[in-house]
Amino acid sequence: MITVKEIEKLAQLARIKLGDDEKKNLTKEIDSILAYVDQIKKATVDVDYTPVPGAVYNVFRSDVARTVPAEDREALLNEAPDMEGEFIAVKKIIAQE
Amino acid sequence: MINLSELTIIKAHEHLKNGDFSAVDLAQSYLDEIKNKNGDIHAYLEIFSDVIDQAKEADRKIKEAKSKNSTSSGSCEFSTLLGIPFAIKDNILIKGRIASSASKILENYHATYDATVIEKLKKEGVVFLGRTNMDEFAMGGSTENSAFGVTKNPYDTSRVAGGSSGGSAAALAMNGALAALGSDTGGSIRQPASFCGLVGLKTTYGRVSRSGAMAMGSSLDQIGPFGKTVTDTEIIYNAIKGQDILDSTTISDTTYSPKRAGAKKPVIGIPRHFLTGDGIAKDVLNNFNDSIDKFKKLGYEIKDITLPNISYSLAAYYVIMPAEVSSNLSRFDGVKYGLHKDGKDGIDDYFETRGAGFGKEARRRILLGTYVLSSGYYDAYYNRANAVRRIITEDFLNAFENVDVILTPTTPAPAFKIGEKTADPVAMYLEDIFTVTANLTGMPAMSIPSGFSEIGGKKLPLGLQMTARHGDEEVLFEVGKEFEKLL
Repeated sequence: MITVKEIEKLAQLARIKLGDDEKKNLTKEIDSILAYVDQIKKATVDVDYTPVPGAVYNVFRSDVARTVPAEDREALLNEAPDMEGEFIAVKKIIAQE
Repeated sequence: MINLSELTIIKAHEHLKNGDFSAVDLAQSYLDEIKNKNGDIHAYLEIFSDVIDQAKEADRKIKEAKSKNSTSSGSCEFSTLLGIPFAIKDNILIKGRIASSASKILENYHATYDATVIEKLKKEGVVFLGRTNMDEFAMGGSTENSAFGVTKNPYDTSRVAGGSSGGSAAALAMNGALAALGSDTGGSIRQPASFCGLVGLKTTYGRVSRSGAMAMGSSLDQIGPFGKTVTDTEIIYNAIKGQDILDSTTISDTTYSPKRAGAKKPVIGIPRHFLTGDGIAKDVLNNFNDSIDKFKKLGYEIKDITLPNISYSLAAYYVIMPAEVSSNLSRFDGVKYGLHKDGKDGIDDYFETRGAGFGKEARRRILLGTYVLSSGYYDAYYNRANAVRRIITEDFLNAFENVDVILTPTTPAPAFKIGEKTADPVAMYLEDIFTVTANLTGMPAMSIPSGFSEIGGKKLPLGLQMTARHGDEEVLFEVGKEFEKLL
């Protein structure tokens, strides 16, 4: 059984704020989903656990910078919630002591 | 007046060619129909304001094509899709237009580039009517998880249109478009196609570029077409497929070389053992058996097949998919684009933004994905699910040694009532029982209309799902076209 404390830990890892009611509901919901998916443990599996991507393989490109047209740059920056001059603004992440 | 309910892409193309109506006339007819019906059905989140301008441009190209080769026989050639009105799922980017994935976190986000499929359709000269409703970030089977309200089923407005591409399906079914694009991670094209009496195709993994489609489960996602007929679906498929440098998972024409088992006609396989559960509606099973009889009449050989691990598909899917969701949706941080909610410091901004921006189902799947990927559970869930995925794929590959198409119903029951399954996530997830296998195996699968179930005086469409080996979409079109003639 998953606890409210475990839900809080997951929410912390996933950076999502949850209300108290939702936390409680989520314990029930996630329990019922886990009870369902638990049946994969019954399958007889004698193959390698690593994902095999089949016929799909890595495609590489050279690691070189591309110049973005000015209008694309502007369109991209226009989507940012907060700007300072021509830079995207974020809050200070280093505490001042 | 153009009779929209009788129209197909092929017919519309002939009319445009003959000059019976113009692309503007056609677009206007759809706009009128949308105006009549969208208020009730809610298939579209937005109707683009420049539809008539796009149609004028199509008419200009048609005129150009006509003047260029009218000298010889009076006939002319231009793209079958030129001037054809399309509905586009809200998780596919069209440059300059809003693409919200029906989420509050992207409510005002404007796409900064065209998805590869959109670029391809623009080259064909299609007319984009609008963006369609969906479950938020394609997570759901009913569009009830849209942040902007549910889409109703045009066949019975008390029922869902299916999901997650429910808006695209409903738009087509209410004659509010002639073609549509959706995306399919666990059945999100095929299930709404089935609920709305349409053809819906999930292509081989890698067949269609996903550049510019919002990622949900990257090892599962495919963009695909909805059509009123198999031929229409095939036309759209041919226009959007192809290898793309912007999506490294796309395949080339030679990646797979499917070899048929049937010498003359494709052989059809039925996993009978998977169709005995009490979760399948009687009407669905009866209709399925009728469909098999139709195939027999058409001269197809029918074989019973066994897929020993198929009953684990849905469980494996509901581990792998949320794991990939939790990773893909980590990009929404309120810094680069989309919603931003202010918290007390930088990290708190994330909590506020993601808490407010994501809907209930998105939050649930992110947490579930975080759980199955966290240390201590990774081996028991994520790795285990990948191993199960592997053995299920082997089962299908083995079955395709002897058959060319595997048949199941698309869904265990026809469209359900709005609100019927919202309280129980597992009941909702069971909707995907027949469809998730094609996403797990990467094989192509198509839902085609197979009849109706009559409930409460309303005729609800049923669908038949055909799955083929990797790279063999052709067999789906071939068999689908023959079946369609008998309906």
